[in-house]
Amino acid sequence: MKYILMMQLPLSEWKTSRIELWPPQDVKAHMDFLRRFNKELTEAGEFVRTEGLGGPEQMKVVRARKDGTAAITDGPFPESKEVLAGYWIVDVETPQRAYEIAARASAAPGPGGAPLYMPIEVHPVMMSSTSGDV
Amino acid sequence: MTQASRHSHENLLRELAPQVLGAVMRRLGNFSAAEDAVQEALLAAAMQWPEDGVPDNPRGWLIQVACRRMTDHLRSELARRRREAALIMQVPPDEQVAPAPDSADATDQDDTLILLFMCCHPALTSPSAIALTLRAIGGLTTAEIANAFLVPEATMAQRISRAKQRIKDSGVPFDMPTDRERTERLGSVLHVLYLIFNEGYTSSIGPSLQRSDLSNEAIRLTRAVQKLLPEDGEVAGLLALMLLTDARRPARTGPDGELIPLTQQDRTLWDRHAISEGVALISDTLTRGSIGTYQLQAAIAAVHDEAARHEDTDWPQILALYGLLMRMSDNPMVTLNHAIAAAMVNGPRTELDLLLALDADERLAGHYRLDAVRAHLHEMAGDREAAIAHYLAAAGRTTSIPERNYLSTQAARLAAERKEKPVSVRQDADADLTVRNGSMADK
Repeated sequence: MKYILMMQLPLSEWKTSRIELWPPQDVKAHMDFLRRFNKELTEAGEFVRTEGLGGPEQMKVVRARKDGTAAITDGPFPESKEVLAGYWIVDVETPQRAYEIAARASAAPGPGGAPLYMPIEVHPVMMSSTSGDV
Repeated sequence: MTQASRHSHENLLRELAPQVLGAVMRRLGNFSAAEDAVQEALLAAAMQWPEDGVPDNPRGWLIQVACRRMTDHLRSELARRRREAALIMQVPPDEQVAPAPDSADATDQDDTLILLFMCCHPALTSPSAIALTLRAIGGLTTAEIANAFLVPEATMAQRISRAKQRIKDSGVPFDMPTDRERTERLGSVLHVLYLIFNEGYTSSIGPSLQRSDLSNEAIRLTRAVQKLLPEDGEVAGLLALMLLTDARRPARTGPDGELIPLTQQDRTLWDRHAISEGVALISDTLTRGSIGTYQLQAAIAAVHDEAARHEDTDWPQILALYGLLMRMSDNPMVTLNHAIAAAMVNGPRTELDLLLALDADERLAGHYRLDAVRAHLHEMAGDREAAIAHYLAAAGRTTSIPERNYLSTQAARLAAERKEKPVSVRQDADADLTVRNGSMADK
C-alpha cells in the first residue's frame, strides 16, 4: 500500500525559523539526514517519490472565475495554520510502517541539530498514475 | 520484426526462464549470482535472436550463456580475492566449464518447482516474494515489475536484491522441501500467486480496477504449477478460482472503468471458455477428496458463474459452501460473505443481528466491507436511511477509487429514491463485491 507523508509546518514556525534562516552547518546536517533517509527507504524497497516545495512566499491560491479564467491571490489561505513544505510517497506493507517512517521524518534535525518534531500528515494513496490515464 | 514474432520470442523466453535458472542453480549454486546471470542471458537472447534467429536449442543456448557469464563473474571475483589474500579456489575445476548445452530433462520440472518454493519462501515478506517470483519464474524484467506496481525501478531492484539476500542468509538449500515442509511451503507459493492475481484483478491502489497483465501472469504461472503438480487439489482449486473469477472481467467494469457488481453484470459478456475450463477443473478436483479453501472458493465462484441470471443463483448451495469454508478458516471476510448468502436464503434481519458479532473482530474493525455488507442488508430489509449511512461510511473507508465511486453511487441512488418512493424494498445483495474481499489469503 502506498502512503503520502506530508510535512505540514506550522505557519508561525515558518516565519520565525524556516530553513533559510538556519546556520549553514544545521542546513547541511538536515540535508545529510534527508539524503540518508531517502537512501535507506530506497534500500528497503519502499521509496516511491519525494519532493520539497516552495514556501508561502512563492505560493498562490488559484480559483476559476465564472468565465473560466484564473483568479490568483498570494500566499496560503488566511485561515491556514500550516504550510505544506514537502512530501514523500512510500510503498509499505502496513500502515504501522508508514507511521514509523513518518516519525523518523518528523524528527529530522533542525537548528542546533535538535529534532524538529514536525507534524507529518499520513494519507493512503488511492490513485497512482504516471501516464495521466485515470 | 513483426509483432507476432516478438511475442513468440517473449513467450519462449519467459517459459524458459525458470528452467534455465534452475539448471544454472543446480550446476553452480548461488541463487543471487545465478539469477543475475540468467537475466543477462535473457537480455542477450532478446537482442540477438530477432537478428540471428532462434538457436536450434534455445534452452541450451541460454544455459550456456548464463553459465559463462556466471563463471566469468566468479572468476573475476576470485581473482580479486586472490589479489587481496591468496584464497583457495572456491569453484572446483570441473564446475568451471560450461555444461553440456542440454541434459537431464527430468530435472527441469523439479528445478522450476524448487525455484518457486525458494522465491515464495515464508522468510520473505509478501512484496519481496511477489517481486522475486515475477522475475525469477515469470521472467519479467525489474523495470516491468516496477512499472506494474508503479514504483521506481531502483526501489524494485532493491526489493529483489533484499529478497535474494534474505534467501542467501536463511541458507535455504536448492532442494525439494521435505514432505513435512512441502504442504506449508506450497501454501506460501499459492498465496503469492493468489496475491499477484488479486493485484491484477482488484488493484488495491490505482485508478483502474483491473490490471489484466498481472492477472494473466498469475494465471500463466499457476497453470505451470498445475502442470507440475497435477494431483494437488489446492493447486487445481486456485487455478479454477482464478479462471472463474477472471471470466467475469469483461462484464465487471463499465465504459468509464466504473465497477459493476455481480448482480448487475451482463452475463453474456462472461468468458464461457474460461468458465467451462474452471468448472471442469473444480468438478474434477472436488470428487477426489481432501478439500481445501481454494477449492471451496472456486466452487462458490462456479455456482455464481453457472447462473444465467442473478435470480437463478443457487444461494442455498453457496451458503453451504461458505459454511464449510468458515469451518476451515478463521477469516472474518468469509464470515461476512456467509452472512450475505444467509441473508439471501433466510432474509436480512437475522443476518444483521449476526453481523453484530463481527463488530468485535479487530481485524474487521473499520473495514469498509463490513459497512458495505450492512448497507446491502439494510437495503434488503427496506431500511433506506440506515443503508445510506452505511454506504457512505463504507465509501469513506475503501482505498479503491472505483469501489468508493460505486458505494457513494448506491447512497446517492437511495437518497434520490426518498422523493419518488417513500419506502422501498430491493431484493438483491452482492456476495462478490470484489474478489479481494472474498479471499482467504488476503487477511
